[in-house]
Amino acid sequence: MHVTMTVNGNEVTADVEPRLLLVHFVRDHLGLTGTHWGCDTSQCGTCVLWLDGRPVKSCTVLAVMADGHEVRTVEGLEVDGRLDPVQQGFMEEHGLQCGFCTPGMMMTARWLLDHQPDPDEATIREAISGQLCRCTGYENIVRAVRWAARHPGEPTTAQDASQEVQA
Amino acid sequence: MTTKLFGARIRRSEDPRLVTGNGRYLDDLGHDAYEVAFVRSPHAHARILDIDVSEGVEVDGLVAIYTYQDLDGRMGEPLPLLIPHPTLTHGRTQHALARDEVNYVGEAVVMVVAVDRYVAEDVVGRVRVDYEPLPAVVGIDAARAAADLVHPDVPGNAAAVMVQESGDAEAAIDAAPHVLELDLSIERSASMPMEGKGVLARWDSDDESLLVHTSTQTSTSVRQAVAAKLGLPVDRVEVVTPDVGGGFGVKIVHPWPEEVLVPWAAVRLGHPVKWTEDRREHFVSSAHERAQQHHVRVGYDDEGRLHGLSVRFWHDNGAYTPYGLIVPIITSTQLLGPYKPGAYRVEFTSLYTNTVIVTPYRGAGRPQGCFVMERTMDAIADALGLDRAEVRLRNFIRPDEMPYDHGLIFQDGRPLVYDSGDFPASLDKLTKLVGWDDFEAYRAQARSEGRRVGIGLACYVEGTGVGPYEGGHVRVETDGTVVVSTGLTTQGQGHQTMLAQIVADELGVPFDRIRVTTGDTRRFKYAVGTFASRTAVMSGSAVALTARKVREKALRIAAQALEASVDDLDIVDGHVEVKGSPGATIDLGAVAVLSNPLRYAFDEAAARATQFATPADPDTPPVAPGEAPGLEGTDFYSPPRSTFANGMHAVVVETDPDTADIKILRYCVVHDCGTIINPMIVEGQVHGGVAQGVGGALYERMEYGPDGQLLNASFMDFLMPYASEVPEIEIDHLETPSPLNPLGVKGAGEAGVIPGSAAIASAIEDAEGIPIRSMPISPSELFDLRSRRSV
Ligand code: FES
Ligand code: FES
Repeated sequence: MHVTMTVNGNEVTADVEPRLLLVHFVRDHLGLTGTHWGCDTSQCGTCVLWLDGRPVKSCTVLAVMADGHEVRTVEGLEVDGRLDPVQQGFMEEHGLQCGFCTPGMMMTARWLLDHQPDPDEATIREAISGQLCRCTGYENIVRAVRWAARHPGEPTTAQDASQEVQA
Repeated sequence: MTTKLFGARIRRSEDPRLVTGNGRYLDDLGHDAYEVAFVRSPHAHARILDIDVSEGVEVDGLVAIYTYQDLDGRMGEPLPLLIPHPTLTHGRTQHALARDEVNYVGEAVVMVVAVDRYVAEDVVGRVRVDYEPLPAVVGIDAARAAADLVHPDVPGNAAAVMVQESGDAEAAIDAAPHVLELDLSIERSASMPMEGKGVLARWDSDDESLLVHTSTQTSTSVRQAVAAKLGLPVDRVEVVTPDVGGGFGVKIVHPWPEEVLVPWAAVRLGHPVKWTEDRREHFVSSAHERAQQHHVRVGYDDEGRLHGLSVRFWHDNGAYTPYGLIVPIITSTQLLGPYKPGAYRVEFTSLYTNTVIVTPYRGAGRPQGCFVMERTMDAIADALGLDRAEVRLRNFIRPDEMPYDHGLIFQDGRPLVYDSGDFPASLDKLTKLVGWDDFEAYRAQARSEGRRVGIGLACYVEGTGVGPYEGGHVRVETDGTVVVSTGLTTQGQGHQTMLAQIVADELGVPFDRIRVTTGDTRRFKYAVGTFASRTAVMSGSAVALTARKVREKALRIAAQALEASVDDLDIVDGHVEVKGSPGATIDLGAVAVLSNPLRYAFDEAAARATQFATPADPDTPPVAPGEAPGLEGTDFYSPPRSTFANGMHAVVVETDPDTADIKILRYCVVHDCGTIINPMIVEGQVHGGVAQGVGGALYERMEYGPDGQLLNASFMDFLMPYASEVPEIEIDHLETPSPLNPLGVKGAGEAGVIPGSAAIASAIEDAEGIPIRSMPISPSELFDLRSRRSV
C-alpha cells in the first residue's frame, strides 16, 4: 500500500505491506533508529513517538494508519542543532544509563511540558507510568524532566552540554 | 593538574549521542542483513519425532531453513560448559538447535533465515514439528522429589551437591543456649534488560574474515567461542559490542545458541545475517535467576551473638548448566554478609528443572543469601526481644578485624577474605538517615490515624572486582587526542565517562580530548567481561596503570625536547610544562609526534618527526633500545582476590489494613564502594539496583504452570516496576578505600539490588507482626497470611 506522511517536518512516501508496524517503518524504511522497540504487548514504551502531536506507542500503530498524518520522533527533538531542554535535562540529571528507554521517555516528557510547563513529581511519574526503564529507577528521569521545566529557554548543543562539569 | 576529575560529578560523554537518537544498538545495524526467526519448543520436555518444513519452503522471501541435522563440525556438539567446577559432577549444556529432545519451553529447534523478520516468522508458522511429550519437572519441590528426571542420566536431578564448612557448625549450634530453625524461599525473576539479545554477522569472503556484532557482556570470549564453534582461526574473527540496552547479567552468558548460529549461517550464505530477540523469546529462551529454598539452623546466645550457622539449600538451575555453579556458590558464601557466624556449614544442591536456564542476574545469588541471613537476624532479635539493629551490631566483623578471613572459598576460587569496610559506622549512618530510634513515635502517630507502618533493615557484603584480569590501552594521537580502550563491555554504566575521568587525571589531559572504546576485539583482544561489579576495579585500575606508563614515556621524550630533567616536568591540560618556567612547554600531541621517528611527512605534524627535521645524535638509534615508537602503552591489572563492597538499606512501609496493599514510604541506602570516581554514576547505579530490588520483593516472579509453560511471559503479566512503583531513594555514602587496587575502589554495579527483598520483608514483618518467610510477596499473599493467622 502507498503511504504518505510527514516525519519530523519532511514528507515521505513509500509502498508498504499493510501489516507493517509504524515502529518498523520508521526504523527500517526511514532509518530513524532512535525509536526503539522492547516488547510485543505494548507495555514498555521504548517505541513512543508522536502521531499528530500526541505520544503513541508506535508498535501498536500500523504504518498505513499514519498515512496522511504527522509523525515526530526523537530525531526531531533537536532543532537546528539546538537540543531540546528535555534532552539536556536528561544529560544534566543522569536521566539515562543504557539509553534504550530514553527516546520514548523524552517524547512523553516533551509532550507533558508542552501541556503542563511546571509539573510536580507525581505528575511526571504519572505521565511516564506506561513506560519501562530497567536502568535508572526513574528518580533521575523525574529530575531530568524537572530540570527541563526549570530551563525552558536554554537549549544548547550536545557538545556544549557534555563538556561542562557540575558542582 | 587543573581540575581533579576523579570523584567529580561529570556529565556522561555517552549521552549526547544517546539523547539525540544516535545510539547504535544491535537492531539499528545491518539493514542489509537477512533476518532470523526460530521455531521454539512449545513443550517443557519432549522427544522430537519429526520436523516437516515442506510448507515453509513455499514462502516468498525464504532464504534457508536449518535444523540440527544441518549443523556440521563442532556446531553439532553441545555448547560449552563455561565454568566447570569439580563439584559439578553432572553438568549439561544444550545444542545450538535441539537434537532429539527439548528440555524447556522456548528451546530453539529450527532456524529460519529470510529477507526480513516478517517473512521469517511466516515461515516459522508453517514448520511442523512432531513431539512426543515427556513428563516435565517444574519447581524445586518436583526436582527434589525426582519422580521424573530432566536428564535421564542425572540421578535425583542433581547437577551438583557442594559443602563448605569452617569449624564444626552442628556441634556449635547444639552447644548454644538458643537454637532456631527457619525455612525460607525466593522465587524466580530475571534481568530483563529493555533491549533483548541480538547478533549480526558479516562474512567477508575475500578476506575470509568474520565480523560479529552482538549485544553481549563479553566480546572477547564470544570471539573465542565463535571461532572454536565455526572452526575458524581466531584471528579471522572479530567481535564488536555496539550500544547495549542493558544487561544485568543475562548477557554475560555466551555463546548463546543464536550467537553461534547467526555467524554460522552468515558464513554459509555469504551474506550478512541478523537476529534480534523479541520479548517473548527473551522470557522463554534467555535466562532467569533467584529461585532457591533454604533451611537454616542457627545457634546463638542471650546477647543474640551467633555461635553456629548451618544452611542447607536447594537451587533451581533450570534445564542446563552452562554457567556452572556460580550463582549458588555466591549465595553460599555471601550469605554471611557483614557477620561472624561462629562456625559455619553450608550445603547446597543444584537441581535441574524443565525450565529456562538460571544464570547470574544483578546480585547473582546474593539477594537470596542476604534474605536468608537477614531473616535469621530478625528472627533472633524477635526471639530475644532485642532491637534488630543491635543484634546486627553485636555480630558485625569490626573494622580492626580487617582483613577478615572466613575460611571459605569464594566464586573466584580464592579465599573469602574481606579487605575493608566499617560496618558499625555504616549502620550508624543508616539508623540516623532513616530515623531508626524515633520510629516508635512515628508508628504510634500512624496508628492513631488508623495506618499500619513498619520499618526494616538489611545489610550485605558484596565481593566485587573479580579477576582474573582486565587490561587497558592508551595512546596519545599526534593531534593530542587520547584514545583509550579496554576489552570489557558496557551496557549503560557510564564506563566511557568513568574511565576518561581516570585517564584525564593520570595523564593530565582535558576530559573532552579522551575517547574511550569498550568491548571491541579489534581494539583490545584480552579481556574477561563485565559482571560482578568489576569494571571500575578492574578496567579502572588497568587504565590508570597504563596512563601512568604513558605519562612516564611522555615525560622522558619531553625532557629531551625541553632540555629539562623529568623531575621538573608536569603535564597540565594536555601540555608538558617545566615547573616554574612558564613558556617552557610542549603539547602532548607534539610529544606523540616526536615519539614516532618518521621517514615520510604525510602531514604537517609528521614533518616534524622526519629524518632531516631535527638534528639527532648520529650514534644512537632513532628508537632507543627498550622503547617502541608511538606515545602509547598497554597494561593489565590482576588482583590477588576480590574486593568487598558493602551496604545497608532501611525501608519504611505502610500496609493497608483492609486491602493488604504494600506501599514503600521511605527507602534509605548507605553504601560503601570505596573511593568514588563519579558520585552521579554511583548513585544512578544504586537507584537502578533498588528499583530491581523493589521489583523482586513485591512484583516480579516467573509463573510456571505444572506443565512447564511460562504463564506470564510478557510485560503484561510479568510485572516490572514503573515510575509509579519505585520510591524516592535517600542515599548516604561511606568511603573505606580498598587496599587491593591502585584506586581504592570497590564495585558498585550490583549493590542496590542485593538487600531489597530482605529489607522489605523485614519492614512488612514489622508492620504486620507476621513472619515473612518467602519473597516476593503480593497483597493477596499478605492477605492470606493475615487470614491464616486469624483462624
Ligand atoms: S515496543 Fe514495547 S510498547 Fe511498543
Ligand atoms: S536507561 Fe536503560 S532502560 Fe532506561
